[in-house]
Amino acid sequence: MKGEILIKNVTLVDSQGTHGQADVLVGEGRIISLAGGEAAQVVEAAGLYLSPGFLDPHAHLREPGQEVKEDLCSGLTAAARGGYTDVVSMPNTTPPIDRPEAVAALKSRARAIGQARLHPAAALTQGQEGQLLTEARLIKEAGAVLLTDDGRTNEDAGVLALGLRYAASVGLPVAVHAEDAGLRRGGVMHEGEVSFRLGLPGNPAYAESARIARDLEVVRYLTEELGVRAEGHSLLHFQHLSTRRGLELIRQAKREGLPVSAEVTPHHLTLTDRYLERLEPLYKVAPPLRTEADRRALLEGLLEGSLDCVGTDHAPHTADEKELDLLRAPFGIPSLEVAWPLLYTELVEKEGFPLPTLLERFTDGPRRLLGLPPIRLEEGAEASLVLWAPRLKRPVEPRTFASKARYSPWAGWQLQGWPVMTLVKGRVVFADLLDYRP
Amino acid sequence: MSFPKHLLDFQGWSRAQIESLLETARLMQEVLARPVKKVPALTGFTVATVFFEPSTRTRISFELAARRMSADVVSFAGATSSTAKGETYRDTLRTLDQMGIDAYILRTDAAGVPHQAHRWLKKPVINAGDGWRAHPTQALLDAFTLLERLGSLEGKKIAIVGDILHSRVARSNAELLPRLGAQVVACGPATLLPAHLPGASLTTRLQEALEEADAVMVLRLQKERMDRGLLPSIPEYIAGYQLTEARLAWAKPEAPLLHPGPMNRDVELEGTLADSTRSLVERQVANGQAVRMAVLYHVLVGKQ
Repeated sequence: MKGEILIKNVTLVDSQGTHGQADVLVGEGRIISLAGGEAAQVVEAAGLYLSPGFLDPHAHLREPGQEVKEDLCSGLTAAARGGYTDVVSMPNTTPPIDRPEAVAALKSRARAIGQARLHPAAALTQGQEGQLLTEARLIKEAGAVLLTDDGRTNEDAGVLALGLRYAASVGLPVAVHAEDAGLRRGGVMHEGEVSFRLGLPGNPAYAESARIARDLEVVRYLTEELGVRAEGHSLLHFQHLSTRRGLELIRQAKREGLPVSAEVTPHHLTLTDRYLERLEPLYKVAPPLRTEADRRALLEGLLEGSLDCVGTDHAPHTADEKELDLLRAPFGIPSLEVAWPLLYTELVEKEGFPLPTLLERFTDGPRRLLGLPPIRLEEGAEASLVLWAPRLKRPVEPRTFASKARYSPWAGWQLQGWPVMTLVKGRVVFADLLDYRP
Repeated sequence: MSFPKHLLDFQGWSRAQIESLLETARLMQEVLARPVKKVPALTGFTVATVFFEPSTRTRISFELAARRMSADVVSFAGATSSTAKGETYRDTLRTLDQMGIDAYILRTDAAGVPHQAHRWLKKPVINAGDGWRAHPTQALLDAFTLLERLGSLEGKKIAIVGDILHSRVARSNAELLPRLGAQVVACGPATLLPAHLPGASLTTRLQEALEEADAVMVLRLQKERMDRGLLPSIPEYIAGYQLTEARLAWAKPEAPLLHPGPMNRDVELEGTLADSTRSLVERQVANGQAVRMAVLYHVLVGKQ
């Protein structure tokens, strides 16, 4: 059969495990065959791995209004280079994405850019002000996949309860940044031994867990008393978990069958508050980097599945902003381009974390949150794929990022497993096979 | 003995280096006792005081210290000028650096800026106070003043009383004094006390802190703490923590009293105590200049 691309001698690996070598023929947006064939372009891929494309459930692409930090083009290009075929963008732009027209405009611009696919999240409340609900039904029709007020947390539990009921009725999950503003106060880093020593205002771990406990009670009431059901997706999704205690609450809730899900970021899995001792705003992020005990617990949660997926919380800012002091610098770490090699190196290679499980958290896990079926490496499957090089080692070099945020807490780290080609429905959106030296 | 080319905190400073620096301060004290208080040690060097947070006393102390050693001094008050217009610290410092500055004396309301400046400029930086984190020259002058009065700090109990949580003076003293053999107890209301403070033990009980103390350091209470709800009121604070004649009697007889200033008389301490013979407050100010001369000498010239 004739196809567009033939990926020869590639090792297939997905959430189900490693499936041996194949000659993958891709055409018309699908995997035509795993047994080779004729194609216009042939990629010799011995030593490379082919996996389903990654989906990031949590990225800040900053358009509209903050294009100086990032825009759809730079952000979606960065995503493609990181092996992501799909990205959920957060709505805390200027103005916030809270109208169906705004969702449709983003979708159409992203299609024109033609890099990774964009799935906009929209605000749960108008203006992200935490009071009046947005037009969830129209917003969904316009292409949004998730509702969230994200960084502007819904302090009013009554509004969250209304939002959850309404969103579930139109088939959209809701995501929350679980943090009690009163307990966080002006905290700029994890409250603990290091913050006390450095004299920096602390954000205590229970600012997260107290808020998760409250939100879980809301979900419990809605599902058990009011019979609210989420059909095929998560009802409430907790973004970027950072604490051991928060994880314990979610683990317990899942055991009891509550329809909730949770994500963890690459930085909370690889960095701790000890990095703040460098007095460098690069490490300032919300929620903050926590302790080694929290980091180990999050790893455990990712392994066992209490944490369903890895979300980057890619949060680009200008280099000038990140060079302010620790009180004034904005929160956030850019990570779309390094998330996979970082976790492959630090978790799989160094900690013995099972590769299929990590792949599950980058592919099936986030798709499940949105109610999307998994992509399997079989004939007829959608050819949204990433080709990556498990043995290709090179340092993180922020100056080469496609993202406008050209700084990174991992700058200089030697990583392996770099993506070398990303295909969205059979179309090559990123290819850097020059970097691949078997 | 060579010395670090900066004073950001006491990391990288050994006990021997600190003692040698305090010894130099003693020599500087002699200079300050002369009719002509000037030596040529830093002739040809240009020192900048860059204060992004206002402070008159510390700035004048540093500037006089530099001038008494014949350095050229420029001063920059950033709190109301360029940073308010959006210029970053880095740009401000880099601009100054084009003008041939040899050392920077930096104060900011945020922890870590002196470290950042040291990375950006690769020039000697002296931390004149960064947020709640460190104020090393204050701790050095406190240690110097205590040594003058007590002879040695070995085994001595030093109580620090007040808003410990937001105090760079408490943090720097807790870092420095134990290295010279002292035992530090920090005391304050529960809401103004961190859960840990390396180098110090913590208590909310004033009597426990003061009992058998060889010296007592009182910190200024800022009204802002009440606005943020960390303290119910000034009378409430006074009832629990004001240092009075009667409470000072818990400490060892003649135990001296220190205060980094500026003081709120009759808030954190009885006004009469500040003027008593046990008060070393004026001595601290005088010693501050000698200590800062010694610090400038060591980071700029480097060797004894």
